[in-house]
Amino acid sequence: FTKRRLDEDTLQDFEDVLIQADLGVETAMRITDRLSEGRFGKEIAGAEVRRILAEEIEKTLVPVALPLELDLEKKPHVILVVGVNGTGKTTTIGKLAAKLTRAGLKVTLCAGDTFRAAAVEQLKIWGERTGSEVVAKQIGADAAGLAFEAYDRALENDSDVLIIDTAGRLQNKAELMAELEKINRVLSKREPDAPHTVLQTLDATTGQNALSQVEIFRNVSGVNGLVMTKLDGTARGGILVAIAAKHRLPVYFVGVGEGIDDLEPFKAKDFAGAIAGLPVT
Amino acid sequence: MFDSLQDRLGSILNGLTGRGALSDKDVSAALREVRRALLEADVSLEVVRGFTDRVREKAVGAEILKSIKPGQMVVKIVHDELIATLGETQVPIDLNAPAPVVVMMVGLQGSGKTTTTGKIAKRLTERQKKKVLMASLDTRRPAAQEQLKILGEQTGVATLPIIPGQGPVEIAGRAEQAARLGGYDVVILDTAGRTHIDEPLMVEMAEIKRRAKPHEILLVADSLTGQDAVNLARSFDERVGITGIVLTRVDGDGRGGAALSMRAVTGKPIKLIGVGEKMDALEDFHPARIADRILGM
Ligand SMILES: Nc1nc2c(ncn2[C@@H]2O[C@H](COP(=O)(O)OP(=O)(O)OP(=O)(O)O)[C@@H](O)[C@H]2O)c(=O)[nH]1
Ligand SMILES: Nc1nc2c(ncn2[C@@H]2O[C@H](COP(=O)(O)OP(=O)(O)OP(=O)(O)O)[C@@H](O)[C@H]2O)c(=O)[nH]1
Ligand SMILES: [K+]
Ligand SMILES: [Mg+2]
Ligand SMILES: [Mg+2]
Repeated sequence: FTKRRLDEDTLQDFEDVLIQADLGVETAMRITDRLSEGRFGKEIAGAEVRRILAEEIEKTLVPVALPLELDLEKKPHVILVVGVNGTGKTTTIGKLAAKLTRAGLKVTLCAGDTFRAAAVEQLKIWGERTGSEVVAKQIGADAAGLAFEAYDRALENDSDVLIIDTAGRLQNKAELMAELEKINRVLSKREPDAPHTVLQTLDATTGQNALSQVEIFRNVSGVNGLVMTKLDGTARGGILVAIAAKHRLPVYFVGVGEGIDDLEPFKAKDFAGAIAGLPVT
Repeated sequence: MFDSLQDRLGSILNGLTGRGALSDKDVSAALREVRRALLEADVSLEVVRGFTDRVREKAVGAEILKSIKPGQMVVKIVHDELIATLGETQVPIDLNAPAPVVVMMVGLQGSGKTTTTGKIAKRLTERQKKKVLMASLDTRRPAAQEQLKILGEQTGVATLPIIPGQGPVEIAGRAEQAARLGGYDVVILDTAGRTHIDEPLMVEMAEIKRRAKPHEILLVADSLTGQDAVNLARSFDERVGITGIVLTRVDGDGRGGAALSMRAVTGKPIKLIGVGEKMDALEDFHPARIADRILGM
């Protein structure tokens, strides 16, 4: 409707829209710069500006919006799930196990969070919900040793996929990150390519710190795929744009609730549209 | 990783040494850097706006002194204003009510409510010699009630026995009654995580409040939260009237701007901070430390 001249003030307003979606100042500026290229000073409708913004964001996200494809030649295909505390690892594992078992695959879960109270019980409930066997030990057990045993159990029970849960940890805790690294080391002794897939969960409500979360977890655990959780709230998870630009890691899924079906493929267009404030289609 | 604000302001302002007072133009240039520093620290945009307005008022016309560089002077004004906004005085958990005093924990999913419930219970038991009962009203997350029970065993704090099939409001009533009959000083209600736009769950939260009549309602929020901090803090406050905030994961390396956002939009004090996963990793809130962190100092 209302046309506005694309001047400094208008650009600032749209940069603010992006900042409020957690893109961060630098990424927001980069995108509004691209918006102004060739258009500066021209009259342009607000809705049109938002559409162009969404397109610019989408360009960064399209290359990372990939479906999760598991190499089932590797049997069991080992998926390790890592991330900061409370970001949704265990729940995402439950949802993912549901998808895989529905597709006819046999799944074993490993309760690799041997630290947090009732982490094992929580995963066991997801095991029941999805008909997946859960390999677990008592609290305080060595997670890497447990992962090793779970691999053998998954072989023995003829599983297609083994999903290993881990305790949440902050990326700046060197000691805890070293423990995580040990899981990869021990697993690869058993099977050189394992873990085949390493998923990191990111909470959409997290701000700029998510960038450093990916940086460090990727280095330590060889993260090769991301899942963004809690997109059912009002947070837009815009830091993912900066992460995509920098790391180019596939984003396989988004979490949109606590239920078993609340895991959806990541769609670059929808995600970008929500950030730019386009009406939902 | 970040240039500290001091460096950035230095390059803009330090040439002014020897002039009379900071002009509107000098301050505007400096405030652009302040704005950016705050946004990089995850302070919510609307809070940044009000904040920089207040800094502008204090900085324009401020006398440039010989003894201190203009850049440092502005940093000090910003730092002081951060502390004023964050709340200068420490506000402890208020137990000044007839026993059993009910404390209710609320917040988004995974923010640290259950862990913080255990930590606060342990602290009140050990430091203030209170007889504390913890009750989990989380009938939704798998094994949530079990989690609190285990924390009770670890800390030696009593937990309300789990009765499968009861709803949150019913459990709140039972907890209050058990606390009264059992001669407890404090009963802490851990609730399920909820998204602030999940209407049925927000209604449920208000019902729990009506039933339990909590003296303290603590919003437990992740210090790594981004721009959404204003939305979530405002929504929870509007729906139940929080009495304080507990920030978690302050042991992370985030810049912690969410603290400023939540305090600014609710006016409610940050009472405690979580600095680890273990049950003793709970500390009093010191505004100067968060202010330093926000400024990358
Ligand atoms: N609204 C919403 N809640 C979610 C989503 N994913 C997970 N949760 C909730 O977030 C909370 C934490 O999830 P968990 O799966 O336990 O997270 P975690 O990373 O395993 O946590 P730790 O093991 O303690 O580090 C739970 O209450 C989940 O139900 C989501 O996509 N949307
Ligand atoms: N590093 C660190 N971890 C914390 C802190 N507080 C809580 N955690 C961790 O964060 C994760 C989630 O904590 P919970 O207490 O289960 O969170 P919650 O809010 O009860 O989660 P829901 O009930 O699912 O909404 C756990 O892994 C905790 O150990 C903290 O201050 N620092
Ligand atoms: K969180
Ligand atoms: Mg978990
Ligand atoms: Mg909980």
